[in-house]
This record gives sequence, structure tokens and C-alpha cells, in this order.
Amino acid sequence: MAVVGRRVRRVESLDRVKGVGSFTDDLTYAGMLHAAVVRSPVARARIKHIETGRALRRAGAEAVFTFQDIPGRNVVPIILEDQPFLAEEYVNYVGEPIAVVLASERETARAAAKEVSVRLEELPPILDLLKARRHPRVHLFGEDNVFKHLRIRRGDTAAAFSSCDVIVENEYRTPYQEHAYIEPEAMIAIPHPDGTIEIRGSMQCPFYVRKAVTSVLGLPESRVWVVQAATGGAFGGKEDVPSLLACQVALPAWKLKKPVKLVYDRTEDMVSTSKRHPSWVRYKSGATRDGVLKAVEVEYVIDGGAYSTLSPAVLYRGTVHAAGPYRCDNVKVDSYVVATNRVPTGAFRGFGSPQILFAAESQMDQLAERLGLHPAELRRRNLLRAGDTTITGQKLTVSVGLEETLDRVLEASGWPTGQKRDDGVGYGLSTVFYGVGLGAAGKHLARTGARVIVHADGSVTFSVGTTELGQGMTTVLSQIVSEELGTPLECVQMIAPDTSRVPDSGPTVASRSTTMSGNALKDACGKIRDVLLAEASRALRIPVSDLRIVEGAIVPAKEEGPSMPIDEAIKSCTTARLPLSAEGWHVSTSTSWDDRTGQGDAYVTYAWATNLAKVRVDRETGEVTVLKMWAAHDVGKAVNPTLAEGQIEGGILQGLGFALTENMFTDERGVIVNPDFSTYIIPTAADSPEIVSLLVEHPYPDGPHGAKGFGEQPLMGVAPAVANAVRDAVGVRITELPITPEKIWNALRSSRRVPVTQR
Amino acid sequence: MKLKFTVNRRATTLEVTGAERVIDLLRERLGLVGTKEGCGKGECGACTVLLDGSPVCSCLLLSSQVAGREITTIEGLSEGESLHPVQAAFAETGAVQCGFCTPGLVLSSAALLADIPAPSREQMKRALAGNLCRCTGYQKIFEAVELASRNMRREKRRRR
Repeated sequence: MAVVGRRVRRVESLDRVKGVGSFTDDLTYAGMLHAAVVRSPVARARIKHIETGRALRRAGAEAVFTFQDIPGRNVVPIILEDQPFLAEEYVNYVGEPIAVVLASERETARAAAKEVSVRLEELPPILDLLKARRHPRVHLFGEDNVFKHLRIRRGDTAAAFSSCDVIVENEYRTPYQEHAYIEPEAMIAIPHPDGTIEIRGSMQCPFYVRKAVTSVLGLPESRVWVVQAATGGAFGGKEDVPSLLACQVALPAWKLKKPVKLVYDRTEDMVSTSKRHPSWVRYKSGATRDGVLKAVEVEYVIDGGAYSTLSPAVLYRGTVHAAGPYRCDNVKVDSYVVATNRVPTGAFRGFGSPQILFAAESQMDQLAERLGLHPAELRRRNLLRAGDTTITGQKLTVSVGLEETLDRVLEASGWPTGQKRDDGVGYGLSTVFYGVGLGAAGKHLARTGARVIVHADGSVTFSVGTTELGQGMTTVLSQIVSEELGTPLECVQMIAPDTSRVPDSGPTVASRSTTMSGNALKDACGKIRDVLLAEASRALRIPVSDLRIVEGAIVPAKEEGPSMPIDEAIKSCTTARLPLSAEGWHVSTSTSWDDRTGQGDAYVTYAWATNLAKVRVDRETGEVTVLKMWAAHDVGKAVNPTLAEGQIEGGILQGLGFALTENMFTDERGVIVNPDFSTYIIPTAADSPEIVSLLVEHPYPDGPHGAKGFGEQPLMGVAPAVANAVRDAVGVRITELPITPEKIWNALRSSRRVPVTQR
Repeated sequence: MKLKFTVNRRATTLEVTGAERVIDLLRERLGLVGTKEGCGKGECGACTVLLDGSPVCSCLLLSSQVAGREITTIEGLSEGESLHPVQAAFAETGAVQCGFCTPGLVLSSAALLADIPAPSREQMKRALAGNLCRCTGYQKIFEAVELASRNMRREKRRRR
């Protein structure tokens, strides 16, 4: 393979280092207006009256739009259809959109938005996820405030626990995690004279955006055209939220017949957009003396906020990943996502799994401790291998490289196994897995399209429906196209994702772009190869079956014989007026899920990983310093190792933020207390430890060149590795994230009063 | 008031009130959109420019504060088509992911290397701690600074 597997330079990086203006806020259109959003200041209220007169009298203010101006349906359709675009009778969270204000300048629009006065009759909010479930009086969603309940029933946990030699039972909690992409949410709508509307912005899912705008404006899909602008980080935060922004610009643009731009202010972005679901977990696990994981019982509750958005799908992933990457014959999982009067939570790298894996992997270390086994040894005795069956009853056949990831990390780290020194330094392990793609919960979306055109001069353009978010999709897909067609990488150009160029290809989520768009491109390129090979066959007088494309030339499969450079074959096809363009399509292999038992082939395949954290804990202050991290990931095939390492390194640092510092919370009125970078602390360069990334390649036969998706996985096992390392370092077990110095200090103080017997 | 200052080596005069933010002058009046706004509060560093060679947040700077001074934005770092060694190194090592923080990080790195030609990792961490990046984990950014440092010192020796 000439290009796949090589560390080629990211294709858009030269533009980025020069600061070429391709992000949404860099774009300007003649006559463009600026929008600002009027939002609810309270967590729950009935709307009595919206007064817009004063805002409209401000110089430069152009218009105010409320739900009454919506020509279509007042709903942002995602999975369920419970979220209004603009609030009508009730507001259900602080920051909920009520009206959109337009002005010639951004600052004027923002100032005028503050002058829209909304008379509200406040109602008592529900802010606690456990109180929300089956609340006796307040019904925010259905009868019980449960958006979705999922279950797994496998074996007989009650009987299995009675035969266990050790049982560990604990509760765990995790808070919001904010995406903190550095580019705030941004969107532009441009109405065209022909009755179409163009939407350009920062987004993961152009087809979601199209669906929302067609719903709100009451237009057919053929008249809404969505193009992704350069997107400055997303991590799940630009999955469903851009649909809301697109409606906020599309409505005024449609009504006023002028382009409209909207960029969220950072605080507004942090207050009003989705985050990782806060969670509560009760986890019971049991093992026999010889270190076999016998039974797992989990109750998992996550806070979905005021509207369901992507929560049912988030819950699905969390449920499937509930027991970690282990064999276990007796499993009972009950998971719930509940409605509260807080900001709707949604997709964030890992998608419901980091919370449950924090619990699962903390449990594994406690079992190991009670059994007197090394944490790596207990995992080795239980981890999934080819031929094993997952807790959903899925038989694993190929591409199960988990044990190799464990071996590689142990080998690279030289984790000392001898007598533990009392120097405040500790090591912590986690082994995790990631179901690639949407899985059975999203199987109706598991298809993608692509289009490839080979031009007469030999250059190639391609279009896909998935998006570049910084993860490196453009480069990886360009490498695949270059490989398939034998044309040099520098001749291959991706066109910005655009709903008019390919059929609905689903969302850019679930680490699915490389596999899905990669396979669709292979399909399209295959059709073009057929034309090229037929033409070469004619010219060379060699049967097609005896020809290959190798590094820019069509050559005989056998050693000797004439060959033909690819650009010559292209010229020849052009002269013969043969079509060198093709559509590609890919549909995932089937997945299944039984709602009653939680059994089925939950995902098409899995990525696997082992993480090891080395930390030092200051016993006086409780402060944790992460000294070094090792991570090995089975990615099937690294199409571009540099980009794969970039995913590992970036995911680890986000995971360290989740583990140690990121602590967004609301006050007793449901107001987020720390919506800015000076109070919500994400890791900086100064907090970045040395990271050793190791790539393991157990090819996935249905992936392009063996590749699996894995971009989310690097974050998922970091928090439990750190929690386990803290325990190893100073003997305290922290079960609530983030692991702050206060929590460690308090735990150290109380552990001094009650002597610790373990280790 | 008339504001006279230098932007990317060019003498520039603008009619201003004195209270505009410099980031808005650059992006909206001069069309230099390489300077990005991530927070508007001086907390993320995406809007970093060099003011007389030192990195500052242009969202916290008012137009009256830059009278007579010299500003370098990302557009002014490269000379024509040829990239500054820091820019080339960022592209080379994989230090760019989404690229929104990149102009600020490149400028802060260039200022660091102008000050300390061969910085240690600790010096890099201190110098870059004001520029948030949510994608890369900073590893490949450190590698880029090291690569640029090597290339710049080699170039300097060659010129001697």
C-alpha cells in the first residue's frame, strides 16, 4: 500500500497555520444581519407575555421573531420530537431560546436581546436526577420523567452472587463535562431568489441540520441546502445543537430575505448548549477466588435535562458498555435517562460510556485488591478474546486485540511489580472497549454515500456526507481515494460536505467516518477503476483480470508485460468519452437488539484499549500530578498513524480534564455557576503529561483496509485509570468525579481515623 | 480620533473612537480574519497577536492602546508564500487538528523562540499555557516547537 498507513501531512493544515479564513465567523455576505437569542433566565416557568417594543426601538435593531412567526412546525426533530425551536407556553431550563433578535451589528443584536422583556410565572424546578425519576407531582416527560429505560438480562445474577467469594458494591457520580471546543457554535443562513435557502456553519451533521430547517420553515428537503464550514472542534457538541442554531438563522433569513449570521458568545454557549450527561451509578460486582468475574448488577441513571435530544442513543451506548470489556455470564443492567429542568445534555466523545466505565473499571481494581491479584492479572483472566461472547450475547470472531493492548502497555511502561514504595507515586490501569458506529440503536442511519470524479487532467474531487471536525477525516479519506485510484495524494481534493452532493449519509458521530465514508468511497472508486482497467486492457491487450493498479500505473499482475501510467489511462478514457465519475454507497452489516433482554449484536465491531496512568499525590494538599500516561488502542488499521496518535493524545487530555478538574455545576435555582474558561478548568499545555501512544492493528475485514473507528475511545478509560492510580498512590478510593484535591484530602483525613487494612 | 499603527509591517491609519477592541479592528476593518475569537475575555488565547513582539489577547486590547505600536497577526508571520519555521513545523508534526487555536499557538510559539531559541519542555508549557487547545493534547505542539527550534538554529548557523 502506497498511501494508506503512511504519516502524510494533514491536507488542510497549511491553510490552518496561515490562518486562512474558512470558519463560519470569517465569512461575510452582502446585506448580512446579525442575530442574538433571547433566553430564559429561570429553570421552569410559564410564559405570560413577550414584550418586544423596547428592543425594536433601539437604533440598528431590525426585527424580533418568536414562536408565532414560525411557518412550519415549532419542533427541532432529533430522535423524539419534544424540543421546541422557540419556547411557547413554558420554559424548562435556564438558557432556553424564546426569541431571536436581528440587527445590523452583532453588538446591537446582543444589546437589543437584553431589552426583550419576558413576563414569567416561575414554577418549582426539578434539578436532581434521582428525584426527577418517578417524581410524584412534576411531570416533565411522560408519567415518570424517564425519556428511556434500557435493560440487559443475562444469566441469573442473584444465584451467581451467592456463589461469589468477593463482592464489591459502590455508588459513583460524575458531573457535566462541557465540550469546550475553542470555536463557539456559529451558523449563517442565506436565502436565495429561487426559493432555496443555504445554511453554512460549524456542524457535525449537515443532514440533521437540513431536517430541522425543513421542519421549522415547512420546506421540502430539495429547497434546503446545507454546507459545512470549517469547524473548530466539536466532540459531540456540534451534533444536535447546530440544528437549533440553523433554525435561529433560517427563520429570520427566510422572513427578511437577507443573510443572517449567529455566533454564540462563549458564556451563552456554555450555558445553553449540550454537555456530557451527569450520572449516578450503583454498581455491584462479584468474582470467585480464582479471579473470574461471575456477576454484575448495575443501575445507571443519567440526567438528560429538559428535552430528550440524543439521550436515548447515549443511554444505549452506556448500557452496552456497562460491564467493561469482559466475559460475564450473569448480568443485570437497568439504565435510565431522566428529564430535569436543566440544559439538555447530549453527545460527547464516548457517548454515555465514560461515566459507566469509570464505575466498571474502579470496581475491577477493588475486586483485584480484595482477591490479592495484580490489577492486570485480574483483567487478563476475564478480558474478551476472539471466540468469546459479550454481555449482550454477541459472539466476537475477529479483530479482538484487547489482550495485545494490555501486553503492549505493560511492556512499554515497565510498571514496577515489586514492593510498593511509600512515595505518593501510584499506577492505575483501565481496559476498555468501544462499539464502532451507531449500533442497533441507530441502524436506520447506518448508511453513507460518496461521489468521486476523476477530471481529464488527472485530478480527483470527492464528496462525502460526513464532516471534518479536526479528527482528520479529510486526510484519511483522501489517502483511501489515492490508494484506490493510484493517483497521487496531492491530486485528490475533498469538497466541503454538502447535502446537495450526496444522499443522506447520516451523522458524523460514533467514530464512523473512516469506516463508513471510506467504504462508500471504495465502492465509488471501484466503479471508476473498472472503467480505467477496461480501457487499459483494450490498449495493452491484457485481460482485465490480469491487471493491477500499483503506485500510479496499471501494470500486469505477472512480472513482465507492458504497463500504462494512470494519467495516460485517464486521458484515453476522456478521449473515448467514458464516464470517470461514480457514486458509492455503503450500508453497515446488520446489528440487533432485543429491548426486553438487551441481547443482540449491539455493534458491527469493537475497538479495544488499555490505559495506564502514573500519578503523584501530595498527601498534604491532595493535589494530583499526572506524571505519564500510556495508551494502546486496537484500531484495526491506522490509515494515518500520526492522526491516530493525535486522537489518542487529545482524547487522553480531555479524559484527564474529566478525571481531575472539569466540574460544571448548577446552583439551587438551576443556573450554571461556572460558564467560562476561568472557572471551568480544562487542561492547558502546563497540565499535559508525557503520553505514550501505541497502535495495535487487528484488521477488521469489513473496514476500509482493515480500519475500525476509534476516535472516541482515547477519552473513555482515562478517569478510572487515574482513580485507580490515586488509590495505588495514597490508599484512598474516590468514587465521584472530578478527583479534586479537596476530595482526596478529606478522604485521607477520614482514612487516618479509620486505619486502612488493604494493601 | 486617527489611529496610526503598524500592522504586519505596514503603516496603517484608521478612524476610530478609541474604544474598539483590537480584534474587531483586525477582523472587521482590516479583513485579517486569521485572528480568532474563542471567548472574548482573554481566557482562551485564540485571538493572540504579537504587540511589539510580545503575545497579547487582542480581545482585551482597545484601539487607543495600540497607537504608534506594531502588531503582527498570523497573516504577517509568513513572508509571502514562504512559511515561518513555526508554521511549517506545526503542519509537519501534526500539531494542527481543528486549527481554530492554531494561529494563536503559532504566534505564542514564535514569540517564545524569539526569546529562548532552544526552550525546555517546562519553558514551552509555561509559554503556551495561555493558549487553550481542546483537540491535540499539546504533545505534537511541543514537538512542533522543538522542530522549529532546531530548524531556526540551523538556519542561523548557516547564515553566519
